[in-house]
Amino acid sequence: MATPVLDKVEAEAAASPYITVTFRIRRFNPEVSAEAVWEDFQLEIDPKERVLDGLHKIKWDLDGTLTFRRSCAHGICGSDAMRINGKNRLACKTLIKDINPEKPITVEAIKGLTVLKDLVVDMDPFFQAYRDVMPFLITKDTNEPTRERLQTAEDRERFDDTTKCILCAACTSSCPVFWNDGQYFGPAAIVNAHRFIFDSRDEAGEQRLEILNDRDGVWRCRTTFNCTDACPRGIEVTKAIAEVKKALITRRF
Amino acid sequence: MKIHKYDTVIVGAGGAGMRAAIESTKRSRTAVLTKLYPTRSHTGAAQGGMAAALANVEEDNWEWHTFDTVKGGDYLVDQDAAEILAKEAIDSVLDLEKMGLPFNRTPNGTIDQRRFGGHSRNHGEAPVRRSCYAADRTGHMILQTLYQNCVKEGVEFFNEFYVLDQLITEEDGVRKSAGVVAYELATGEIHVFQAKAVIYASGGCGKFFKVTSNAHTLTGDGQAAVYRRGLPLEDMEFFQFHPTGIWRMGILLTEGARGEGGILRNKDGERFMEKYAPVMKDLASRDVVSRSIYTEIREGRGCGPEGDHVYLDLTHLPPEQLDAKLPDITEFARTYLGIEPYTDPIPIQPTAHYAMGGIPTNVEGEVLADNTTVVPGLYAAGEVACVSVHGANRLGTNSLLDINVFGRRAGIAAAEYSQRTATFVELPENPAQLVVDQIEQLRSSTGTERVATLRKELQETMDANVMVFRTEQTIKTAVEKIAELRERYKNVSIQDKGRRFNTDLLEAIELGNLLDLAEVMAVSALARKESRGGHYREDYPNRDDVNFMRHTMAYREVGDDGTDSIRLDYKPVVQTRYQPMERKY
Repeated sequence: MATPVLDKVEAEAAASPYITVTFRIRRFNPEVSAEAVWEDFQLEIDPKERVLDGLHKIKWDLDGTLTFRRSCAHGICGSDAMRINGKNRLACKTLIKDINPEKPITVEAIKGLTVLKDLVVDMDPFFQAYRDVMPFLITKDTNEPTRERLQTAEDRERFDDTTKCILCAACTSSCPVFWNDGQYFGPAAIVNAHRFIFDSRDEAGEQRLEILNDRDGVWRCRTTFNCTDACPRGIEVTKAIAEVKKALITRRF
Repeated sequence: MKIHKYDTVIVGAGGAGMRAAIESTKRSRTAVLTKLYPTRSHTGAAQGGMAAALANVEEDNWEWHTFDTVKGGDYLVDQDAAEILAKEAIDSVLDLEKMGLPFNRTPNGTIDQRRFGGHSRNHGEAPVRRSCYAADRTGHMILQTLYQNCVKEGVEFFNEFYVLDQLITEEDGVRKSAGVVAYELATGEIHVFQAKAVIYASGGCGKFFKVTSNAHTLTGDGQAAVYRRGLPLEDMEFFQFHPTGIWRMGILLTEGARGEGGILRNKDGERFMEKYAPVMKDLASRDVVSRSIYTEIREGRGCGPEGDHVYLDLTHLPPEQLDAKLPDITEFARTYLGIEPYTDPIPIQPTAHYAMGGIPTNVEGEVLADNTTVVPGLYAAGEVACVSVHGANRLGTNSLLDINVFGRRAGIAAAEYSQRTATFVELPENPAQLVVDQIEQLRSSTGTERVATLRKELQETMDANVMVFRTEQTIKTAVEKIAELRERYKNVSIQDKGRRFNTDLLEAIELGNLLDLAEVMAVSALARKESRGGHYREDYPNRDDVNFMRHTMAYREVGDDGTDSIRLDYKPVVQTRYQPMERKY
């Protein structure tokens, strides 16, 4: 049963080689100071552990005031998007060994949304943009079918990529256009519009396209691909935005 | 302190809470109080599917589904409730499809279905394809679809509001729900929500175990709030250990992996489930598979240098099938273990997964104050509740079903109740007092105990003593340890004394909830001197229908000196069609 990879994984796990790393965290608490500051923490950690495990070690053993959101701890709930070594990632999906633990690991809040405390940002504008694209199936059926609507496997596949979104905001808060102008819908809202525009069952694509044709809509995208790089679900965000743009030009989808 | 008035208040915004909210908002003025943003719920971590006898790919019917649910629960299931679950499953799945859920499709365009543990054709003859799914992201799709429909219906959410207390007022000798008290994370402000009806849909309590598939936030807040106000908790000794958690981390790898053909193997490469479940093999019910894995490990056939796990082998499945049907779990193996599931088997071990027990309700979601009396205005649905459709062991794919069927039922029942009830129940005097005192005590405490230390000790004792195998000795060890931890908890202090986003404070409160529920679980387990479903006593290895074909009801009693204790009572099981039989897979 054993394979070389497996032998290595199991042997390494048994050895548990702890290393010392420095977490350099951008702290902000308006109850204490109006200024944000960098603070260093040194800790012992197994390099196969997650950045989230490191944050927990700090909160639980060193400084209980360190504040961040988290829940599932394996990349499904979307709570813990943060800027780790300058890139947007989920803390629970980033292993210490994959981000060069030799140097201090910098952790700060995602950009473009107001920081409320430490790594916690105000998510309301993000969810407002999401709600603005009418993110729900709209059909004009006067008589609902008794059974399920039929959809071919190919039609289902057409929008599969954008159904994976967990609304973590890693994409939107990595976008330079969004940093400069919070009115821009941002990649996540467009991804969620795409999910319905290209769903063969939906009949409100035209309305959603009109919403995204706005001054603050898809045309603001400068295709820097930051969003695609940032997406922890591997969604081809920039491609989805391009497909929406193309649909706007041809009005065929 | 702010006071709000709503017809209906829903506590929790996972699958059950949002399914209830969609119904309730159409019928009554509704507020949803949720400690997380709605799409953060652990419903999103559910993977494999939602059971319904659609018969899209092979012959099936709801009666077979009912039987499988009753048998899977080792006959502790209330059979009237199981019948509702299986019958309404079909419309529940179709409703979700109509709401927009992107199910995988068959070649003719209908919803595709796959095999899952314990689901069989014709009362156990062979596995049946009953699980409706969207790759291995079914929970994610359900959560997203329900949130999308909450947006559509204009559901009013109070995000990051932690409900810390249930308000009960006695009127004419009847205890009625008056509302809830919530703590606003962003500001530290306390809010009282007066409501004609309250629905708890706040999820499970699996975080009292160390190796668990549960989120950090699953700390039994709803169960604890209700229990502290003297209402019972049912069947808390029954906890499900999912067979395939990632070794040491506990992250869930769906049973759908075995539904797609995955095989469990020991260090000799042997397909050991053939020995324990000749018909259903790797797709036997979860309690059976988890015990079999630990038997292999105990008898020296575990894998790795320490022999402490077994393998989930997917290497014989075509990579295209893994990519299409199991994309997320194969990615978990790559991300967290550095393993390529195309070529390497995945190290796994059982992981604490699901509470079968919880707040007792009837099939309308109404909470019970004892074996028969309903608490007017109080409802519960989902993992926080115990209807009981899962009995001693839940079948895979029946929880996503449960939240939809009983979330919907509770939403309708609560909203109709608040519509036909003219007046609000009066709030108790100083309604927020308990919460104010609790928070002040924690914030001002200079005690020497740390939350993280106590939580770690709790999780270690639970894993060591009340997991897959239990004996009187191990359970007593746990009971004593929990009592010690509850005592030390009085001396706990926190570092963050602020008001703004004080998660330090909330972790302390959550630990208090976990300690209370762990005690109920251990005390209930100690008294059940038999083995049934997820509760396996090595000193009583057989099921004992004569003495224990009954639900446990645990009540908190407070003595004159202020000390609390647990009183156990029992409730009959509802049996309709199916007489208890020996359970074989």
